[in-house]
Amino acid sequence: MSSQHPEQRAEQSADRLPAKAAQDRLQQPIVRRGMFGAKTTGDTSGYGRLVVRQAPKVSTPRPYGGPDVTGEPGEFDEIADALERSVPDFDDAVERVVVDRGELTFFVKRERLPDVARRLRDEPDLRFELCTGVSGVHYPQDAGAELHAVYHLCSITHNRRVRLEVTCPDADPHIPSIVSIYPTNDWHERETYDFFGIVFDGHPALTRIEMPDDWVGHPQRKDYPLGGIPVEYRGAQTPPPDQRRSYT
Amino acid sequence: MSPSTKYTEYDAYAAEEAFEGKVFDVSGQDWDQVVSAAEDLGDERLVVNMGPQHPSTHGVLRLILTLDGETVTECRVGIGYLHTGIEKNMEFRTWTQGTTFCTRMDYLSPIFNETAYCLGVEKLLGIEDQIPERAQIIRVMMMELNRISSHLVAIATFGLELGASTVMLNGFIDREHTLDLFEEITGLRMNMAYVRPGGVAQDLPSGALSKIRDYLDRMPKRIQALRKLMDDNPVYLARTKDIAYLDLTGCMALGVTGPVLRATGLPWDLRKSQPYCGYETYDFEVATEDTCDVYGRYLVRMREMEESLKIVEQCVDRLHSVKGPVMIEDKKIGWPAQLAIGADGMGNSPRHIAHIMGTSMEALIHHFKLVTEGFRVPAGQAYAAIEAPRGELGVHVVSDGGTRPYRVHFRDPSFTNLQAVPAMCEGGMVADVIAAVASIDPVMGGVDR
Repeated sequence: MSSQHPEQRAEQSADRLPAKAAQDRLQQPIVRRGMFGAKTTGDTSGYGRLVVRQAPKVSTPRPYGGPDVTGEPGEFDEIADALERSVPDFDDAVERVVVDRGELTFFVKRERLPDVARRLRDEPDLRFELCTGVSGVHYPQDAGAELHAVYHLCSITHNRRVRLEVTCPDADPHIPSIVSIYPTNDWHERETYDFFGIVFDGHPALTRIEMPDDWVGHPQRKDYPLGGIPVEYRGAQTPPPDQRRSYT
Repeated sequence: MSPSTKYTEYDAYAAEEAFEGKVFDVSGQDWDQVVSAAEDLGDERLVVNMGPQHPSTHGVLRLILTLDGETVTECRVGIGYLHTGIEKNMEFRTWTQGTTFCTRMDYLSPIFNETAYCLGVEKLLGIEDQIPERAQIIRVMMMELNRISSHLVAIATFGLELGASTVMLNGFIDREHTLDLFEEITGLRMNMAYVRPGGVAQDLPSGALSKIRDYLDRMPKRIQALRKLMDDNPVYLARTKDIAYLDLTGCMALGVTGPVLRATGLPWDLRKSQPYCGYETYDFEVATEDTCDVYGRYLVRMREMEESLKIVEQCVDRLHSVKGPVMIEDKKIGWPAQLAIGADGMGNSPRHIAHIMGTSMEALIHHFKLVTEGFRVPAGQAYAAIEAPRGELGVHVVSDGGTRPYRVHFRDPSFTNLQAVPAMCEGGMVADVIAAVASIDPVMGGVDR
């Protein structure tokens, strides 16, 4: 936040404080208020009015490096180059590329997912033959992209891994199915539909797989309660796990 | 964020057209009536529910078979009878408590579940280089012992399902010896929660290594005995050769990994191709066959047990010389509780209790903070994969920077491999369905999680 104090303002304008980054952060939605996560008791520490905002969605700059390499071109750059050559409008299909903890993630626009997945499977330089399924993640605070579908692909030819992340808003939970490209995703997509309510368009038979057919709701979503009953042990009552004190 | 009320009610049993044709309820001792009624109907096609309660379905697996005589024309797989919500539950416990949950998924390979999860968490924490060498060796040794016990169950139940109860008894006897080692080392036979983020829960007890030595002396003969029972047994060969064929293309498309994939001739083993826990320093072979059938998968499992014994032997040799801690030095992550054997069994170490209660307030604070609150894991996501007995066990862990997992997803090999049942069974005989399912070796605890 830029200060009201003239001296501080002068310092900021002299670019000695990261005011711009702070401005960027202010654009982000609020993730958390307060400190220590204690909601049930009064917070006397003074941190109760702390506001934590979501980190801006960053894209990793080139070079991407590799699983064990950073700062110089590596395996990940080869994958990205091959994909760029293969997908004509790469910048339109892939929203951002993130390299974190030795793993490469392509954030793919949902309507372009089948196209990108097919290229990743078929191009000789890519050859990600094996899909190890889709995992859903629910970020309720990520407005407009609440539901994420995360695909992990493995290339046996080149012995590499890559991650695709696709988002869709909660109001329109549709992502194209890639069962026609990776038949193994049949059950994985059914599972993600079952647990998160993401509708995979084009799936041959998108039905629940773990929960009963007549189940209401999608249990792995963050707005779905864990459930449970208080347990009494030696005279003391322990509340169910989702009502216990948490420290997040 | 829209509330849960948006979901529409759906009643699966309201629709009358949920079934077609005549339905027979078979409750036992009424087979004559069923047969005569079916003969009157004159319909050749029979839809049979195999499971979810059936001795040969490895737990609660439901197969919906459409039969034309003895031929399976359609096979559908129904799962979900053992769904326990482990992934959801883990979101409400600390990172360390997560091992106690995930060890219960695939209950025949608990050490693998724990190790995969811990490798994921360690990747998120960025502490892969700080895990003590002794802990890594113990992890490898426990995983390989667990691989043997898991394969023994696979082969034992396989024998039982094909009518060979001798194989079953022999397999379970040897598994029992393996579980005795687990009990000696971890205190528990199954669901040990022994591997923890940062290392393992405790060091080997004194005398454990000599017990493992005895085990290593006995096992080759026992595996040889099992081989004698089955390798050239004409009845066994007739039931397994060229049965449930699935080639490399089929495996790749269906995402099948593990012994089923290696029985197609592809030496894809994550221990070799993407080593973890120091597997690159051990000397072992990847077992392959090129028959793509049930017999090949059996041979791969037998060879893998023999290779696992080799790895365990190397681990024992190293454990004699490699000393040191078995938990990460970083006191902000490493679990503080040391355990000891007391009068009433395994429990808190009196020395540790005396230390935190009597001498060091800082140690008490650390203990308290770690045990109640846990450690924070920097926000982000990671994927770790290991070679479990049934194939690639992948774990996708997501952190929001808190003391609990934001999301943990397990890519269980049983879940993925079960999809191959229709591809293996359709067009074959109904008796071969049993062999096909047994050769996949699904564990429903892992499938449904």
